[in-house]
Amino acid sequence: MKNILKSAVAILSILVAFTSCNNSSKSGGKSGALAGNVAEKVYVAPGEHDEFYAFISGGFSGQLSVYGLPSGRLFKVIPVFSQDAEKAYGYNEETKPMLNTSHGFVPWDDSHHPDISQTNGVIDGRWVFINGNNTPRIAKIDLSTFETTEIIEVPNSAGNHSSSFVTENTEYVVAGTRFSIPIPQKDMPIKDYKGNFKGALSFISVDPEHGHMDIKFQLIMPGFDYDLAHPGRGASHGWFFFSTYNSEEASTLLEVNASQNDKDFIAAVNWKKIEEYVNNGGGTMMPANYAHNVYDESTHTAKSTMKKEVLVVNPADVPGAVYLLPTPKSPHGCDVDPSGEYIVGNGKLSANLTVHSFTKMLNAIADKKIAGDAYGIPILNFEDVLAGVVEQPGLGPLHTEFDGKGNAYTTFFISSEVVKWKLGTWEVVDRQPCYYSVGHLMIPGGNSQKPFGKYVVAMNKITKDRYLPTGPEVTQSAQLYDISGEKMELLLDFPTVGEPHYAAGCPADLIKPRSKKIFKLEDNNHPYAAKSEADTKVVRDGNVVHIYMTTIRSHFAPDNIEGIKVGDKVYFHITNLEQDYDVPHGVSIIGANTSELLIMPGQTETFVWEPKQVGVWPFYCTDFCSALHQEMQGYVRVSPANSNTPLKWSLGEDIE
Amino acid sequence: MLIAALLPLGLFIFPLWKITLEAPQYPTPLGMYIHINDFSDVHPHDIKNINLMNHYVGMKYIPESIPEFKIFPIAIIASSIIGLLIAFIGNYKWFLAWFILMVIMCSAGLYDFYLWEHNYGHDLDPKAIMKFTNPDGSVMGFQPPLFGSKNILNFRAHSYPQLGGLFLGFGILTSLLAYYIGKKIKKSSFKIG
Repeated sequence: MKNILKSAVAILSILVAFTSCNNSSKSGGKSGALAGNVAEKVYVAPGEHDEFYAFISGGFSGQLSVYGLPSGRLFKVIPVFSQDAEKAYGYNEETKPMLNTSHGFVPWDDSHHPDISQTNGVIDGRWVFINGNNTPRIAKIDLSTFETTEIIEVPNSAGNHSSSFVTENTEYVVAGTRFSIPIPQKDMPIKDYKGNFKGALSFISVDPEHGHMDIKFQLIMPGFDYDLAHPGRGASHGWFFFSTYNSEEASTLLEVNASQNDKDFIAAVNWKKIEEYVNNGGGTMMPANYAHNVYDESTHTAKSTMKKEVLVVNPADVPGAVYLLPTPKSPHGCDVDPSGEYIVGNGKLSANLTVHSFTKMLNAIADKKIAGDAYGIPILNFEDVLAGVVEQPGLGPLHTEFDGKGNAYTTFFISSEVVKWKLGTWEVVDRQPCYYSVGHLMIPGGNSQKPFGKYVVAMNKITKDRYLPTGPEVTQSAQLYDISGEKMELLLDFPTVGEPHYAAGCPADLIKPRSKKIFKLEDNNHPYAAKSEADTKVVRDGNVVHIYMTTIRSHFAPDNIEGIKVGDKVYFHITNLEQDYDVPHGVSIIGANTSELLIMPGQTETFVWEPKQVGVWPFYCTDFCSALHQEMQGYVRVSPANSNTPLKWSLGEDIE
Repeated sequence: MLIAALLPLGLFIFPLWKITLEAPQYPTPLGMYIHINDFSDVHPHDIKNINLMNHYVGMKYIPESIPEFKIFPIAIIASSIIGLLIAFIGNYKWFLAWFILMVIMCSAGLYDFYLWEHNYGHDLDPKAIMKFTNPDGSVMGFQPPLFGSKNILNFRAHSYPQLGGLFLGFGILTSLLAYYIGKKIKKSSFKIG
C-alpha cells in the first residue's frame, strides 16, 4: 500500500514538472509550437485524411499546389501556366495547346490568386480559377481530376493581377489589369501615358454546366493600376470592388510617383447593370486576338482557338454603373466580409485600415453626393462611404479575411504579423507575429458567405533562418494558426512550392467524393488511342510514323519495332489499358527531346521522337508500376534514312 | 412447397457466390460475384484487375463465359417447374424426392465449382513469371477456398455464398420442412379418419 502511494506521488510530481515545463516554454516567448497539445492539433495520423484542402498558388512557379490542413502536407503540384516535365504538361502533344497565346507558346507564367467556384454564395468545390499575371490568362482547374482543363487569354490587359475572383454563383470570374496600356495597343511615347493609357476590367462568364469561359465584356477604365478585387455578396451581390493604386497615372519611378496621392480608389462596379446593358446590345465589339484553350477529357487532348473580337464597354456610357470610393493609400487587398456590407481597403502605405459600408455607398449614390469625377466616373466622398477605421493596427496592411463570427484577420507585411480585429467596433483583439513578411492569408471558404473559421494560413515571402539553409535561395513558407478561440495560436510552419502567393481552401468533404480514380477506357475518344493490344499498330505516312502503343502491367505492346529511319518524325501514342486506381505508366526513349509521359489509367498521351542516330534504342516505363516494372521495356530499330528495312512490330515473339 | 419451388428463382436476381481478395495494396478489396449465368465485378474492373494480378503466377484469365452458365439456369428453371408441379399435384413424399434431387444437383454444382477452382488454381502457364513451390517442393497452387477464407501469397481470399445462394439453400430446406409438415398432417388426418 505504501509503495502504491509512493509511486502515485512520484507520477504526480512528474506530471506537475512537465506541466510547468510547458508553461515556462510558452511564456518563454518561443512560438509555443513545441508544446505537445499544439503538435496534436496538426497531427494527422498515418492513413488518416486532413480536414481541409488548401490550394496555394506557386507564384513565380506558375503552378498551383495542393496541401492538406491542418497537417500542411503537400499532395500535388498541379501544372497550370508552366511546363511540367514530370507530368508532361506542356510537353506532350495533347497539352501543348494549353500554353498557346497570341504571343505564341508561352511556357511559364506567374500564378497568383486561386479562387474556388461558388453556388449561392458558398464554396461548391467544382473548379479552381487562377490567374496568370505576366501574359494575362485565366485558368480553370477541374477538381474531379485536379488538372488544368481550360485557359483563356485576356486581351487589352497586362499584368493580370486583380484576378481571378468569382461571383456568388460563379456567373463570372473577374480579371482586372494591373498595368494600364494603350487600348488598342499602338506605337506611342511612354511619357504620354496620362489620359491615353487605359485599364481593362474583364468579366469572364462561366458556363454553369461545363464551366467553359467566355469574355462577356471588358470595362475600359482610366489608366490606374488595378491591384486586387472581390465580389459583393448577399445584399451587395451584383457589385464588384477593385482596389487601385497609381491614380497619379505615373509611368516611371512608381515607387515614388505612384505614392503621392493621399487617397487612391476602390472602384465599385455594378456588373449586373453592365450585363443588362450589353444584353440589350450595348458596348462595342472591337478587334482582338487572344487564345482560348480547352482540354477535352474524352479525347484527352487540348485545342487552342484564336478569338478575334471582344466586347468593350466605356463606363461613361452606362451611368450609375461605376463609382470611385476614395481609399488611403495605395490599397492592396479589397476584401468583402461574409455579409457583403463591409469593403475593407488595405491601404498598404496607410497607418490605418479603412472599411467602407455598402449601405452608405448606396445612400450616397441615392442622395447624389458626388465629390467629383475621374474621366467622367463619379467619385464619392470618403466620409460618406466610410463605415469605420481600425486605428494603427500595424504597418503595411495587405489582405483581410473573415471567420464568419464577426472577426476579421489582416496581414501586415511591414510589421510582419496577423492582426485580429472586430467588425463594427473596429477594435484590435489579438496579434501574432509571422516569420517573415507575410503577404496574403487564407481562411477556408474565406471569399464566400460561409467561411470555415477554424484555421488561418498566412503565406510568408521571406523565411531567412526559419529552416535548414539551402544556399542563397531558401524556401518560402506558410504558417497555420488556430483561430477557433479568442486568441490566435501558431500551430505549424511549413515550406511551400514557389512563392505561396495566395490561397483558397475548403472542407475536404466537398471534393473528396468526386475525385476521379481512373478514366474509363470505353470513354476514351483520343484519335490515336489503341483500346486493346489487338488495336496496336505502326503506320507510316511519308517520314511521319504513328505508333499506336499500349501499356499494361508489365509490358508495352508492341515492344519491338523495326523500320524506323533517321529523319523520321515518330509519334508515340501510348494508351494505358489499366483500369485500376493509382496505376499510371510512364514512358520515354533515349534521346527524346521532350519530357517523359505519365499516363493515367484509360488515358492516351503522345510524345514525339526524331531519331538522329542509327542503332537499336530502348524505351522503358518510367513509373514504378509493378513487380515487373524493371522488365517493362522495348526496342526500336533505327535504320539509315535511305534503307529498306520493312516496318514491323511485335510483342512476345521475335520479329520475322 | 410452393415457396420452396419459387425461392431458387432468386438466383436470377441475386448472385450465387462471391470471391473476395484482400491485400494491403487494395484498400478496396478486389471481388467477383458468381451469378447463375455470369461472372461480374464487385467494383468496376475488378475481374480485369484480378486477371492482371493472377497472370504473374501463370493463372488463366477468368473466362467471359463457361458452359455451366447455360446448364445452370435450365436446371434451376426445370427444378422449379418440377417443384411447382409437385406443390400442386404431388403428395408430401414427392417433397422429399424433390429435396433429394436438389441436394444432389447442388452437390454436383459445388463439385463442378471445386473442379473449376482447382483447375484455375493449379493449371498454371509453364512460362509463369513467378513460380512458387510448397515446402515439399511441389508447385504451389492458388486455388481459392470453396467455402471460407484462406491466405494466398499476399492476398487473403474469401469465398462465401450470396443472397441468390441463400435463396436456393432456403428453398431446399423449405422443401424438407414441407415434407415434415406434410407427413404430420397426413398422420393426424389418419387419426381423425
